[in-house]
Formats: sequence, structure tokens, C-alpha cells
Amino acid sequence: MTAMGADVDKVFKALAAPERRLLLDRLRADNGQTLGQLCRHMEMSRQAVTRHLKLLEEATLVATIWRGREKLHYLNPMPIHEIAERWIGKYERGRLRALAELKAKLEGEIDG
Amino acid sequence: MAESQFVYVTYIRTTAEKLWRALTEPEFTRQFWMGTTQESKWKPGASWRIVKPNGATADSGEVIAIEPHKRLVLRWQNHMFPEMTAEGYSRLTYTLEEKGDSVKLTILHEMDKPDSKFIKAVSGGWPMILASLKSLLETGESLEATRNWPEGM
Repeated sequence: MTAMGADVDKVFKALAAPERRLLLDRLRADNGQTLGQLCRHMEMSRQAVTRHLKLLEEATLVATIWRGREKLHYLNPMPIHEIAERWIGKYERGRLRALAELKAKLEGEIDG
Repeated sequence: MAESQFVYVTYIRTTAEKLWRALTEPEFTRQFWMGTTQESKWKPGASWRIVKPNGATADSGEVIAIEPHKRLVLRWQNHMFPEMTAEGYSRLTYTLEEKGDSVKLTILHEMDKPDSKFIKAVSGGWPMILASLKSLLETGESLEATRNWPEGM
């Protein structure tokens, strides 16, 4: 049941589809949405969104909480954090962040 | 409904009783929560605070609801950063559900205020604390980065 056991497969599988990454991006921008809200700007049927959300929930990348009659979907950062903890060494963290910032800065300059 | 909120879910291979103890008892929290301990009588309405290793209060509030091994709701105000203290109280709900050989721990941290600085700040801190808690319960060792209070804070 833990993300570091057999379920790490579920996390990678769930992340392997662009539609599901887009749903995660939507939640990152605005956390705690209903199915209806998530369907709004997706070029997909409600059934397809439901199916993608189910896979994301099984991989614990999405957590749901009931508020009255509304089921709200939240991005759950824990599985990705656990994967990072496993493969990124403690001394690499600072260097990687510096490189990511440099990349963002340089790309921003080019785009701008 | 709260305007700023974060939800975290993690599965930990342990029992609800052990996880509950780890979340509330000093000998456990010290290991995965930056050397801090929590003080409370753990009854509805009881005061609650997070104590830094030097004895100062990092956060404080009170117990709103408590069901041992299942659910704990806390009123929670930060005391480390004036702009976050000024935001007033947030609400933290721990929910523990046994699922097979694991416990599903859900953490909901919310504040009735849009764009809360405090909720934004904790959203960076919780994943590390929870990863360390999971590691402590499953392997007996917390993550090194969470064992001591950060210097200068």
C-alpha cells in the first residue's frame, strides 16, 4: 500500500499520460476542485476525466475530501516527494535547485 | 468552506495506535519534526502548542476535536513569523484510517482566508515532515534533515 512498495509503479503509470499530468497541473493552479470544475476546460468527456481521476487517486497523486455533497479533488504531493527522497541525495538538492533556477531565468530571458 | 487549504495523503505501514503516538508523543515528534515536542492535555478545548528545542513556542492553539487513533482537529496559529501570526488561526485535521497492513493518514490544513501566507509556507514543510514520519515508523529511522531544529530560526 505504500508509495515506495509495489505502488510506485502506479505512480509512474499515472504520470505517464499527458491528460493526467494536465489534470494535476489544473489542481496545482487551483486546488480542491469538483469533477464539474475539472471538466470545464478539458477537451474530454466527463467519463474520460472520471477514469483519469480514478487512476490518479489510486496512485495517491490525487486525494479527495467530501464537503457536504461535493467531492473535492486535491493534488497530493506525497508520492512525488517520496520518489524524490529516494533518488535525490541530500547534497544534490541545493545544486539541482540552483540549476533549475538558472534554467528558468535563462529561458525567461529568451522568451521575454 | 476554507479559502486556503492543502491536503496530504500518505500510506504508512504501521498501526493507527502507533501512528497516533508518533504524532503526539515527544520521544517520537522530536525525531521527525525538527526536534520539537507538543504540549497538550489532548482533550477537547485543551490548549496545545509546538515547543522548539529551546523551549519557545513555534505554534499554538487548542484541541477542537479528538478521537484517539482516528481523528484530531487543532486550532493552529503560527508564532514564528509576524505576518503569519497576524493571519490568525488555521485548522488542522489529521484523519487515520487502517487499510490492510497500512494506515492512510490524511492531513488537511486550512484557513478561512484567501492566499494565506501560512498555508503556503506549511505546504512546503509538511511533505518533508511526513516523509520523515513514514520513514521513522517503517524503518526505525527518521530522515536526517528533519532531526534538528534549523540553525538561526
